[in-house]
Amino acid sequence: MSELRRRLASWDTAIIGLTVIVLFVASFSVDNFGTSRNFTFMVLDLLPIILVALPMTFIIVTGEIDLSVASILGLTSSLMGWFWNHGLTIESIIPLCIVIGAVAGLINGFLITGLGLPSLAVTIGTLALYRGLAFVVLGDGAVADFPFSYTNWVTGTIGGGPVPNVLILIVVLALIFGVILHATPYGRSLYAIGANAQAAHFSGIRVARTKFWLYVASGAVCGLVGVLWTLRYSSARADNGSGLELAVVAAVLLGGVSIFGGKGSLPGVLAGVVLLTALQNALRLEDVSGQALNIVTGVLLVLSVLLPNIVNGIRGSWQRRKVRQAAALEVR
Amino acid sequence: MRRLLTAGAAATVLVLGTTACSGTTKDNSSDTGGGGQTAAAADPNAPLKEGLKIAYLPKQLNNPYSDVETGGGKVAVGEIKGEYKLVGPNDASASSQVSYINTLIQQQQDVIVVAANDPNAVCPSLNQARAAKIKVITFDSDANKDCRDAFINQATTQGIGESLAKMALEQAGSAGGDIAILSATPNATNQNAWIDVMKKELAKPEYSKLKLVKTAYGNDDDQKSFQEAQGLLQSFPNLKVIVSPTTVGIAAASRYVSSSSYKGKVQITGLGLPNQMREYVKDGTVKEFALWNPADIGYLAAYAGAAMASGQITGAQGEKFKAGKLGDYTIGADGEIVLGPPTVFNAQNIDQFNF
Amino acid sequence: MTQLAERPAVATATESKARTFLKTRELGIVLALAALILYTAINNPRFLSGQSIRDNLLNTAILAVMAAGQAVVVITRNIDLSVGSVLGISAFAVATLMSDHQGLPMIVAIVVGIAVGAACGLLNGVLVRYGRVPALVVTLGTLYIFRGITYQWAGGSQVNADELPRHFNSFGTGGILGVPWLVLIAVVVVGGVSLMMRNYRVGRELYAMGSSPQAAELAGIKVTRNLLGAFLLSGSLAGLAGVLFATRFGTVDASAGTGYELNVVAAVVVGGVAVFGGSGTVWGAGLGALLLTVISSALAVLDINQFWQQAIVGALIILAICADRLVAVRIARSLRKRDTHV
Repeated sequence: MSELRRRLASWDTAIIGLTVIVLFVASFSVDNFGTSRNFTFMVLDLLPIILVALPMTFIIVTGEIDLSVASILGLTSSLMGWFWNHGLTIESIIPLCIVIGAVAGLINGFLITGLGLPSLAVTIGTLALYRGLAFVVLGDGAVADFPFSYTNWVTGTIGGGPVPNVLILIVVLALIFGVILHATPYGRSLYAIGANAQAAHFSGIRVARTKFWLYVASGAVCGLVGVLWTLRYSSARADNGSGLELAVVAAVLLGGVSIFGGKGSLPGVLAGVVLLTALQNALRLEDVSGQALNIVTGVLLVLSVLLPNIVNGIRGSWQRRKVRQAAALEVR
Repeated sequence: MRRLLTAGAAATVLVLGTTACSGTTKDNSSDTGGGGQTAAAADPNAPLKEGLKIAYLPKQLNNPYSDVETGGGKVAVGEIKGEYKLVGPNDASASSQVSYINTLIQQQQDVIVVAANDPNAVCPSLNQARAAKIKVITFDSDANKDCRDAFINQATTQGIGESLAKMALEQAGSAGGDIAILSATPNATNQNAWIDVMKKELAKPEYSKLKLVKTAYGNDDDQKSFQEAQGLLQSFPNLKVIVSPTTVGIAAASRYVSSSSYKGKVQITGLGLPNQMREYVKDGTVKEFALWNPADIGYLAAYAGAAMASGQITGAQGEKFKAGKLGDYTIGADGEIVLGPPTVFNAQNIDQFNF
Repeated sequence: MTQLAERPAVATATESKARTFLKTRELGIVLALAALILYTAINNPRFLSGQSIRDNLLNTAILAVMAAGQAVVVITRNIDLSVGSVLGISAFAVATLMSDHQGLPMIVAIVVGIAVGAACGLLNGVLVRYGRVPALVVTLGTLYIFRGITYQWAGGSQVNADELPRHFNSFGTGGILGVPWLVLIAVVVVGGVSLMMRNYRVGRELYAMGSSPQAAELAGIKVTRNLLGAFLLSGSLAGLAGVLFATRFGTVDASAGTGYELNVVAAVVVGGVAVFGGSGTVWGAGLGALLLTVISSALAVLDINQFWQQAIVGALIILAICADRLVAVRIARSLRKRDTHV
């Protein structure tokens, strides 16, 4: 077990180290990468992925998955446009959208924990369902006339400096989720559930209820991200954020969270998100086509799971050989 | 469960509470994000600068139509000794375009030639670009007019709408009959404007024998358009003509009809690319269709951008500039530059065109 | 000893129970399909015209071929999300080949398409089995990778119908005795794979692997060979689907088949294959594909807002897994009752 933990710790460290190296190398070798304006752009680009990745990390740590996140984002974005067109105030639309996101997550949670359905299948279903509803609400149209003061806050920086306003939001939410996961009994119970749900159940953890609320939280965060997305592009559309679920899952796995649950850390995930975004940004500045970015993302994703396995396998065969040699010596 | 209800109730109260208070609604929010530069005076005699960095950002990369457009741009940029660059997303979404605009700002291009996927979503970024002294020319699909310097209009809306209606009448024959439209997306700016003109034309007495039964939307997706064409033919047995004012739609509809029992009974016309339509013109599915030359759009955009970056023009109405082999152009209202009338393609002339 | 003797009895009982359930499960899809067709046909009789039936079957063919492969993978408690990208790379490869060498016969196109798909599927299988990477992660990664390679290769170019040889295009619309080739191929594929899964040892082994991977290994089943075979099959069929796509649509660019994986998984799940493996049939998945296709064309004919389609598909998936769960619980309960009697 301690061996396992050491290996995982080393993967987290590796990914954080790799991220630092990429940022460092890119700011020296890629023109215009290290500028303050590019920093703002990068933060805006990683905003949706990083926020959705927070609850996603919790969910994957418990051994489940939520593929419907991007569709919840799209649904809230659509509804935001619809409410705005129907004369609601923006001040009430924003909390309303977060609540609707939470309700969408609640439906996921109920289907998964209440009826005991597999989360992969359920959230593939709601992926289609919520995205479909988003199109039903707004069709192919777009709502664009959101108040400038709000859209400007999302794209703006603190006092016109290099620090984007939304960075505060990212830091606050990341801190909250990080503290919960790594410094509370509740956080430890998530790992216990992911490692062995039955054992967790018998040791008094309310597995179903815990998972249920994770989905609600995920929905609420997606609702918030739907609002932020809409305001950033000042455009409420049904197709907003489509495909984001893949980027989020890729980033979380890249950050060292095991798809089987029970392992992973939030700093690793944050590094995973930053690594993906920084690589994409740097490659784009170097005029590498968007297609190549796809390949990089895919390769990184597979390697993030494959490499630790290979290292482990080599280590295992080494040990086995040692044991065999020792045994051979003894026989002799 | 009780906790759930409490939470829900609390949330509802919260929302209702904030709704009750007065806040910003659609009606009382008047502030818009207009940006842009202060217009400097134009100097019509300024020479075209060399080495201008001109970047093209089409709606998406793997689209044969925009490939032809940007191909024309590449030729023009070569003529004026500039640096040509082509970037773009794989999907036609506004959000991925924004990332590319941001990158182009970072790379300090001189001109960005962009086909907007969403007229509003790209606006903040385009205004950031203009604040960084980059000239923004839109082509193909316009952005809001307060976030670009000029728009290359492929043809006047009126001209296209009229020729669509005219072609529909010619295809339906003297007896007339039912016609249907297979458009791109329901919110496609260009297509909707043309369809509006077409409907006004159809209301005139000379078109009284034509009856528009439905406007279907194929979302500029090949398969979707294909299925919508099927749906139209099934739903309206007396259909005579499908008018598709989009290159994806007309190709998909023609392909369906050419391999179905409707071939010869139903005519297809609209806006299409000669290379995609050649087969269907030759096998008789399609008699005629129209289009402007897309390569000229990209070509004209490069010259307009270069003229603007060199200070010859500012985008104000009435300014004139030269566009290489295309000759002289004058900027119209709202910074629009009109390319010219569309070309009609048929079995006689289609082999003269290769795009 | 008694214990040993009893086990198979219980197992066969489970199996026959499960089989009757599956029969009703697929019956459910057939009934839903019939109701849908009836309702649509009453509203618009042309929905039952020869042309319309032909169109629906043609539209189903590609999805059904992919669903057959996916069903086998899902039955082994894995998933293949890369099928849409495999279709894309195969379609583009075949279209490019045929436009460069106009004289090549159709069979070469089919073989090349299947070979390209098989290579992709084998890569997936090797990574899953030897790399011990979960199938979800591997195929999510290769979804990006295969698509990226296709884009890189195509570089924005497109193969148009008029660049393809005539016999290639006519394969997509032609047929024998009024039955289109594509439909014939789909029927052969779905039928063949169903037969393999039902009546052959390897099929039963795949079910066993999905029911309990550990037990299958302990029982001496060649898990590695079978798993690689399942991914190979899914990849090959996605490759074949790529060829069918190219002949049917004629216009192929690098984005061909984007997002298909969702439809394929939906068809499989709606068709009654459990995501946790071990149950479901291949022809059920084929029926699922047919149902999804008929829904989308019925919406167009009934003039219902097309935007409802995706929402309906989503609701159907959830309904299908709810139904499966309900029956599974009932079977488990009745089994428990049996056990107490024995």
